[in-house]
Amino acid sequence: MDQRVSPKPQATKGAISIRNVTKIYDPEGVNVLAVDDCSLEIGAGEVCMIVGPSGCGKTTLLNAIAGFHSITLGEIYLDGELLCGQEKPLSDQGADRVVVFQNGALFPWKTLMDNVAYGPIVQGVMSKKDAREKARHMLAEAGLGDVAEKYPGEVSSGMARRAEIVRALINDPKVLLLDEPYRAMDALTKSIMHEALLEMYDRTKVTIFFITHDLEEAIFLGDRVVVMTTRPARAKKIVEVDIPRPRDYHILSSERFRTLVQETKDAVHEEAIKAFEAGERELA
Amino acid sequence: MATVVDSPHARAPVQRSRWQKLHANTKLWRGIMAVICALVLWEIGSRWDEWVGFQLPFVGLIPPPTDVARAWGEVIFLSGYWESWYLSFKRVLGGFLAAQLVGIPLGLLMAVNRYFREIFFPPFEVLRPIPPLAWVPASLIFWPTNEMSIAFVTFLGAFFTIVINVLGGARSIDIRLLRAAQSMGASQWHLFSRIVLPGTLPSIFTGAAVGMGITWEVVLAAEMISGGGTQAGGGLGFFIWNSYMGGSLEQIVVGMISIGIAGYLSSSAIRYLGDLSMPWRRMF
Repeated sequence: MDQRVSPKPQATKGAISIRNVTKIYDPEGVNVLAVDDCSLEIGAGEVCMIVGPSGCGKTTLLNAIAGFHSITLGEIYLDGELLCGQEKPLSDQGADRVVVFQNGALFPWKTLMDNVAYGPIVQGVMSKKDAREKARHMLAEAGLGDVAEKYPGEVSSGMARRAEIVRALINDPKVLLLDEPYRAMDALTKSIMHEALLEMYDRTKVTIFFITHDLEEAIFLGDRVVVMTTRPARAKKIVEVDIPRPRDYHILSSERFRTLVQETKDAVHEEAIKAFEAGERELA
Repeated sequence: MATVVDSPHARAPVQRSRWQKLHANTKLWRGIMAVICALVLWEIGSRWDEWVGFQLPFVGLIPPPTDVARAWGEVIFLSGYWESWYLSFKRVLGGFLAAQLVGIPLGLLMAVNRYFREIFFPPFEVLRPIPPLAWVPASLIFWPTNEMSIAFVTFLGAFFTIVINVLGGARSIDIRLLRAAQSMGASQWHLFSRIVLPGTLPSIFTGAAVGMGITWEVVLAAEMISGGGTQAGGGLGFFIWNSYMGGSLEQIVVGMISIGIAGYLSSSAIRYLGDLSMPWRRMF
């Protein structure tokens, strides 16, 4: 962890450009405006943290990038290439944008190694043998060499989550899309996960799009923290995290860290209150 | 970063000899003791009249286990008895396997294809509540031989349960697993063969276990109804019916316990196959 390299990555791929994206669910029916004219530029190799009140449309944005949901207006580009836009509302799903889900989605019927080897095998880019070889190697790098032959149900949730990120990284993606991957983990496990993720990030310099509710997590991991408005989602405030990398947990008690968390908290709090009041209006 | 060895989740394997394992298997010993106690109580209950002077209700009418064992000792030398086993097993296996062969693909098709489901599910749901035995008269008329009628009714007994389990199991596969696979570049075929199929296996085996039970019920009833006729004779059901006609109470009980053993063997076989094909489920 000590020899983590310079903060500014030499990454050249994985720039996401979200331009005026609007998403309306159920255009014929009730018309829920989930995302409204949202624009966001994420640089190659950036760790971009997305925070905002519950149900504000963060996941909708992630789903649009991943190709699980279509968008209604606007465009999303990845490295200058159109992912989805007016002509093509649903982007193709591809291994260049791998998703790591809330609560984990390892295949329970495959060992960790076979889970990791899955991507290259189904894409047909590696033979089964080579894929497993590489999977074993990458798991060992992530400190999971001893449990490579275990099933997900046999390892701790922390190990499972780490393996899941390895499973995403073996595809050499341009972007890693994480949807609250460490939710409901205890603080201790979480901090270990954070350091592991930072370590993997330093090795790969993959662009990270990370949704979370945990503001300290956001500041600790991110280059930038994007605070979304309550539904419809828009980028309300962008907090530049100017804490140099490599970071370790000592920065958690630094003055700068606290200031940034407070700054973010103020912005999120404002939106949370709006969301709450909007909810009350809906009920009234 | 936590290493695997330090993890509280790593369990040290304890080496034990086979004999120690058997000796320590309290579950097994408790089960054996329970069966022995039940037999002793049954013996006492049946002989109450002889020993005490008045008959106990219910259990007093049943021949005691020692008499049953004696009758069994005579019966096992008769080829008819073993032929009953053979015939019943043949029918159960035939109907059961046919139901699996038709039921699993049908359930999967309904699960993955919306149009197929919308067309086939309603008629299926109307036929499903009809008890298999209600089909007996119709199938006796419809099929040219008694044997075929029995086979058909047996098939129906397992069929509906299997389809409903496969359908439910395949439909309840976690969407995150499907999305994770898609985001790693899985084709439709891979999605089916590597996610839907293994994800449905637990339900397939649940359906098989329940279906096997129903098959035995149905076969025996069908054998009793169709009688010993010239075309479709024998079977354990007929064995019991014959014993009843011949007034041998002991043999009735022999037949009943034989069925219990046959059913136990069948469900053990299914459990064994289930463990074999789902290694990720037998870890604890």
